[in-house]
Amino acid sequence: MRNICFTFQMHAPYRLKRYRFFDIGQDHYYFDDLQTEDQIVWLAQNSYLPLVNTLNEMIKMSRGKFRCGIAVSGVLLELLQQFAPEVIDAMKELATSKAVEFVATPYAYSFASEYSETEFEHQLKREADIIQQLFDQKPTTFWNTELLYDDALAAHIAKLGYKAVMTEGAKHLLSWKSPNYVYQSVAGKSLKVLLRNAALSDELSFHFSDPKWYNFPIDAEKYAAQIASIDGEEPVINLWMGADTFGIRQNAGSGIFEFLKALPFYMIEREIGFLTPGEAAKKIPASDVLSSPYPTTWCGESKDLSAFNGNDLQQEALQKLYAVAERVRMCKDIALRRDWYVLQSDDHFLFMNHIDPGHTHYESAYAAFINYMNVLSDFLLRVEEQYPTTIENEELNALLKTINNQEKEIAHLEAELKAARKHAPKAEEVKAKKEEVKAKVEAKKAKVEAKKAAPKKAEAKKPAEKKVTKKKA
Amino acid sequence: MKALMFGWEFPPHILGGLGTASYGLTRGMAEQPDMDITFVIPKPWGDEDQSFLKIIGANSVPIVWKENSYDYVKQRMEGKMSPEEYYHLRDGIHYDYRRIGTDDLGCVGFSGRYPDNLIEEIGNYEAVASVLAHALDFDIIHSHDWLTYPAGVFAKHISGKPLVIHVHATDFDRSRGNVNPTVFSIEKRGMEEADHIMCVSNLTRRTVIEKYGINPAKVSTVHNAVEPLKDLDSFHKTPRKDKVVTFLGRITMQKGPEYFVEAAARVLEKTDGVRFVMAGSGDMMNKMIDLVAKRGIADRFHFPGFMRGRQVQEMLAESDCYIMPSVSEPFGISPLEAMQVGCPSIISYQSGCAEILSHAIKTDYWDIDAMADAIYGIVKYPALYKSLSELGMEEVNNIRWYDAGLKVRAIYDKVLAERR
Repeated sequence: MRNICFTFQMHAPYRLKRYRFFDIGQDHYYFDDLQTEDQIVWLAQNSYLPLVNTLNEMIKMSRGKFRCGIAVSGVLLELLQQFAPEVIDAMKELATSKAVEFVATPYAYSFASEYSETEFEHQLKREADIIQQLFDQKPTTFWNTELLYDDALAAHIAKLGYKAVMTEGAKHLLSWKSPNYVYQSVAGKSLKVLLRNAALSDELSFHFSDPKWYNFPIDAEKYAAQIASIDGEEPVINLWMGADTFGIRQNAGSGIFEFLKALPFYMIEREIGFLTPGEAAKKIPASDVLSSPYPTTWCGESKDLSAFNGNDLQQEALQKLYAVAERVRMCKDIALRRDWYVLQSDDHFLFMNHIDPGHTHYESAYAAFINYMNVLSDFLLRVEEQYPTTIENEELNALLKTINNQEKEIAHLEAELKAARKHAPKAEEVKAKKEEVKAKVEAKKAKVEAKKAAPKKAEAKKPAEKKVTKKKA
Repeated sequence: MKALMFGWEFPPHILGGLGTASYGLTRGMAEQPDMDITFVIPKPWGDEDQSFLKIIGANSVPIVWKENSYDYVKQRMEGKMSPEEYYHLRDGIHYDYRRIGTDDLGCVGFSGRYPDNLIEEIGNYEAVASVLAHALDFDIIHSHDWLTYPAGVFAKHISGKPLVIHVHATDFDRSRGNVNPTVFSIEKRGMEEADHIMCVSNLTRRTVIEKYGINPAKVSTVHNAVEPLKDLDSFHKTPRKDKVVTFLGRITMQKGPEYFVEAAARVLEKTDGVRFVMAGSGDMMNKMIDLVAKRGIADRFHFPGFMRGRQVQEMLAESDCYIMPSVSEPFGISPLEAMQVGCPSIISYQSGCAEILSHAIKTDYWDIDAMADAIYGIVKYPALYKSLSELGMEEVNNIRWYDAGLKVRAIYDKVLAERR
């Protein structure tokens, strides 16, 4: 029996406000709340809420046969909680149905995996925490930012306990292989690799309502037939797309929601089942080892990171940002740490792309760069205030360790002192005794002195004679 | 294809963008194998490059019949024209221009600049054009800027050949809305009589259509370009402690110099290590010096005066940033010249060159905050400087006069085809 694995990915960034260089050092609030709220509400109303409601319906109607994954970033969850909590409620319903797996993405949807290992681990932990807190699930599948994957990443997340990692079924990764199989990562059996079927996924995302598309119009029956026509041996077809496919890229008028709702009927009819990514990794044995020596993403033609770090502007911004990663982690300022996450979202760097900046609100890549760097300059000033850059990181760590140790030492001594003080009443007795002994000693001394005084007079001459003889010699 | 062009300036004795554009365009067109250009200017100095076109000085064209011996003509016209040519042109005199003061050869003098009696000179130029229209053989007439429109129109009426006019600027740009009625009427007549109008930017094209009421089908845009620098390696940037931000152009209302001063004051409020240069001269120069003093930034603001020839590129090469906050710029070749030597540029949305440049920072001319922010960015963030410098140079090297020349040729062909 063949299977389909649907996964819907959600992320939206905080919008930066227009931040001029003269705000640096004065204004520490970087975000345009109005625009951010506008954007989130629009996304929620047009896409997220209808999609999640549709999924809930589909699960109920198919009595749990329809299963899928959802990959949502922590930053978006924060924003939804603030501006569109009804989406969170609907997602909680998805969680209780037990037919939906919440896949972990880096908390800030950032490229921390490429620039700072500790930061990356930190974000994964935070993401796992929020998913546990909101949806009572512990994530075991990982969707890195923009489906970024390379062998180094595999080693890292296998160590962190993830069982499956998702990435793009790019030609340069697969060559002749098919994305419809489950593969094993280079990190060993514990970590499986799932690959997106780009052709079938993009057909929905980009071409669903395009009259020039060869397959137009696409309906559920046709699509199911297409899937059914794939070789029966291929165990899982991964249809992963941005959640904004439903309602934004393809607006509701195109019929995309009805299409989705109808799919389970046609699939089940043809004996095609549904799996969550975690289930796919668990149930289907790996057919081969897949290696990705260089970073692969689902972006653009080249399917790599070049859209985000290909030009000078992006590289400088990323470098300046991650140079302070360690220092930020040592800061305790809550506002600072929250800003740190938000500034890492990959969208900021996409806007600095000269050729294809996505849904940018900036007039040009240069405007995006200037705005971001002004904000970053102020951020760096705040970090500098807490941990000046004149001290090197190791030195800083060493100093901190010493301070820590000394603190421990002081704590220890204080405890001792406390314990010692507990026996305080005895001290007075001891004192009294001491006085007694002292008195006795004094008395004895006086006696000895008196005795010494008499014979001393007699011996007085001898020492003098002795001296004289010595001199002669 | 023989083109008779009427112009007013030609390098090296230029006063503004018109001369640079005239040279660049004709150079670009001359690369077409069958292009034959005759370029008329009021007063050539004799050191113009005539390797790719023929220059005729309007002050050497007789408009009143005077009898002179061959040797006398040869002696007087030494270096300018052969006696045969003089006699041939003299045969083209068909009207009575004795009311115009002429010299012993029957030629009228021109200043070669923009004097107070400009309207009179334009009339005299028209007279010269009539002689040339009778005497010369050509396929099409091409008039550059309003000063030469009457000449072009007259030549068209006489010869029956089509007229194409090139709008390098309109009085609306120059006067920021307060047009001179005489100039306006000359411009409008020229536009109406022309068979086709070429503008240097979409901005100018819109002005022509909207303010002069011309049929849009008759108006096209041919963007200017920039002459490639042969000796790029000879320009270098001296390493110095302070960054230099430069404004280079006529210090006049149209160029928005006061916005530059205000932006500079903004930047200097927050940073030091930056110096500002306003190179050029103009009617607002003294006012700017006063404004600089009033803002208290006179120690970081410099006025080097008019820059000539190579000095321009040297100044640009030494700068870290070039800014052109023009209120209304029909095209603006100077940002391209800056980008050619790797100097990042900030231009206003209200300039024609903003239509074709993507590797320059654009702001509105009145948005002082945005300009100051951009200056700060270029000065403080090395990646921004590097991107603008490298990608800008690459972009500008692909903007060539040859392509503009091809567009002009296409228009010539179209106009001639319509005639038949």
